[in-house]
Amino acid sequence: MPASEAQPVMALLEIAGVSKRFGVTAVDDVSLSIEKGEFFALLGPSGCGKTTLLRMIAGLEIPDRGRVLIDGVDVTALPPYSRPVNMMFQSYALFPHMDVAGNIAFGLRQEKMDRRRVAARVGEMLALVQMSDYGGRRPHELSGGQRQRVALARALAKMPKLLLLDEPLAALDRKLRAETRLELIGIQERVGTTFLLVTHDQEEALGMASRIAVMNRGRVVQIGAPAEIYERPGSRFVADFVGEVNLFEGELTAGFNCLALTIAGFDRPIPLSPPAGITLPEGAAAALALRPERLRLCRERPPGFALAATVASVSYLGGASIVHLVAGGGRPMKVRLPAGADCPPRGAAVWASWSPDEGVLITQ
Amino acid sequence: MIGIGRWGRLVLIGLPFAWLGLFFLFPLLIVLKISLARGAIGIPPYTPLLFDDGSGLKIQATLANFALLASDDLYLRAYLGALGNAALATALCLALGYPIAYAIARSPGEWRLLLLFLVMLPFWTSFLIRVYAWIAILKPNGLLNQLLIAVGLITTPLPLLNNAFSVELGLVYSYLPFMILPLYGNLSALDESLLEAAADLGARPIRGFLGVTLPLSLPGIAAGSLLVLTPAVGEFVIPDLLGGADTLMIGKVLWDEFFSNRDWPVASAVAVVLVAALAIPILLAQKFLAQERAA
Repeated sequence: MPASEAQPVMALLEIAGVSKRFGVTAVDDVSLSIEKGEFFALLGPSGCGKTTLLRMIAGLEIPDRGRVLIDGVDVTALPPYSRPVNMMFQSYALFPHMDVAGNIAFGLRQEKMDRRRVAARVGEMLALVQMSDYGGRRPHELSGGQRQRVALARALAKMPKLLLLDEPLAALDRKLRAETRLELIGIQERVGTTFLLVTHDQEEALGMASRIAVMNRGRVVQIGAPAEIYERPGSRFVADFVGEVNLFEGELTAGFNCLALTIAGFDRPIPLSPPAGITLPEGAAAALALRPERLRLCRERPPGFALAATVASVSYLGGASIVHLVAGGGRPMKVRLPAGADCPPRGAAVWASWSPDEGVLITQ
Repeated sequence: MIGIGRWGRLVLIGLPFAWLGLFFLFPLLIVLKISLARGAIGIPPYTPLLFDDGSGLKIQATLANFALLASDDLYLRAYLGALGNAALATALCLALGYPIAYAIARSPGEWRLLLLFLVMLPFWTSFLIRVYAWIAILKPNGLLNQLLIAVGLITTPLPLLNNAFSVELGLVYSYLPFMILPLYGNLSALDESLLEAAADLGARPIRGFLGVTLPLSLPGIAAGSLLVLTPAVGEFVIPDLLGGADTLMIGKVLWDEFFSNRDWPVASAVAVVLVAALAIPILLAQKFLAQERAA
């Protein structure tokens, strides 16, 4: 975890050493802080503890250890109804016996807000999610996408300091998901509320969040901006979980004028450009992560370092093609070629190349 | 309904109708027929509906029995007494049964089956025996009075038996499971994330209950109330055994007409009016439930 981040004076959300067990450890000593106005994503596979962490922020679970602070106030022991956060549930949890307007007004009515102001706020929220004509409908009369909007409007109606979104797009179909992603970003910019999103979908996290915390087995394994997470994964888990990757396991050796990685089955060590400030002993186990779109393919041997490989198969994806290669030692590799690129046929002998700074050395 | 075919579907829908026709409608028509007859000495003890006096088949029917019900306010008071007692029993069953059903529905999975089993356990003993057991408990020198005297709370036995109290107690005791079971079915199906959403939106537990749980359990309340109200109105064993001289319930009146007075036509008229009176709340509840389901 990068310790370089300077501690802000007062973060909007501060999670300090939070742990929770349900028989097994669900969340293990997690600390992170979120600034006002951020669109923050908790990304991880199912069962990594991200939803439990979200529920502890909402007050639906009480941590075994650690503290949760919202706007500097310790809310660790506060019940959900006393916290300045609202949550959009994965199942939406719309009240089936109330119409859309009633659902959105529910939270406002708990504050004993007067009726005219409730009606005005409900109207505002309906307009925000483009559902103004649907105030009188019951949830079962709506499509999945419409329910999702109502759930969002309901959670935003009380103007929470922090909006928690539990897999908000999981129940939508693929096309709707892409549209809704853009809408969510737009709504977040308009209302200025801090969003904390939980998702297992790396595309969702990369595409929406301003910052991402990747979780695995109850722990936060990396925090950073989307590009940082994708381009500079700090561990094998992050490299593998976020996006497609070619991972080469090997041993560090001193190469010609630089550090290199010796990989069993390859005829020569792969030159590396090691990250600054990292010193590793020779012979240490390490991995090289290469994104498929960073690789180039040539029929002729290019100058500089290149790996000889054979094309095993080609998957055409429309906008791109994935070329599956077999390199030395029977090692599989993936290369992503943009549409229009010269695609070698099956069985062709090719050379895969990249510049040393495009590969990421991973030691964890 | 794939693969059943048209005839299969007819059989599937026809079966419950045939059952109801044979075991409900047909007996009810017989009772209706008797209610239109006059009492007679013989077997059966009423005049036939159709008879042949030599000049052809004639119909012989009278509304005199219904006129009798209207003329003697004993019947009206018995109907109202039964309805009042049953309505009070239904309200008490709801007040007692709702928290019990709620607690069972919210208890950990491995406890639920045991608790439901305990709710149904009394059914394993005969209804009559259980009512007699209450006599043993409530009578002047019964278990309860002995206990209260032993601990020094009272010095003379309380009149617990053969009054309105014992009838109400018997009704609530006997019909409580019929309230708990449908309510449990409804409450255990409640999506817990709705309550979490209510709490998240600022509702304290009591407001979450009133705003979410209670309105969503209305179908369970309606079903349970009907299952208690309907048999309780026609109940005759409990008023007969636990009630006193002043206990007036229509089920007991009906019993007396049949077996003490051997006046089958009047007894049948009492039954016909009772069925009609019960059908109205059932149809209303049915309409309400249908609306809930459509919503």
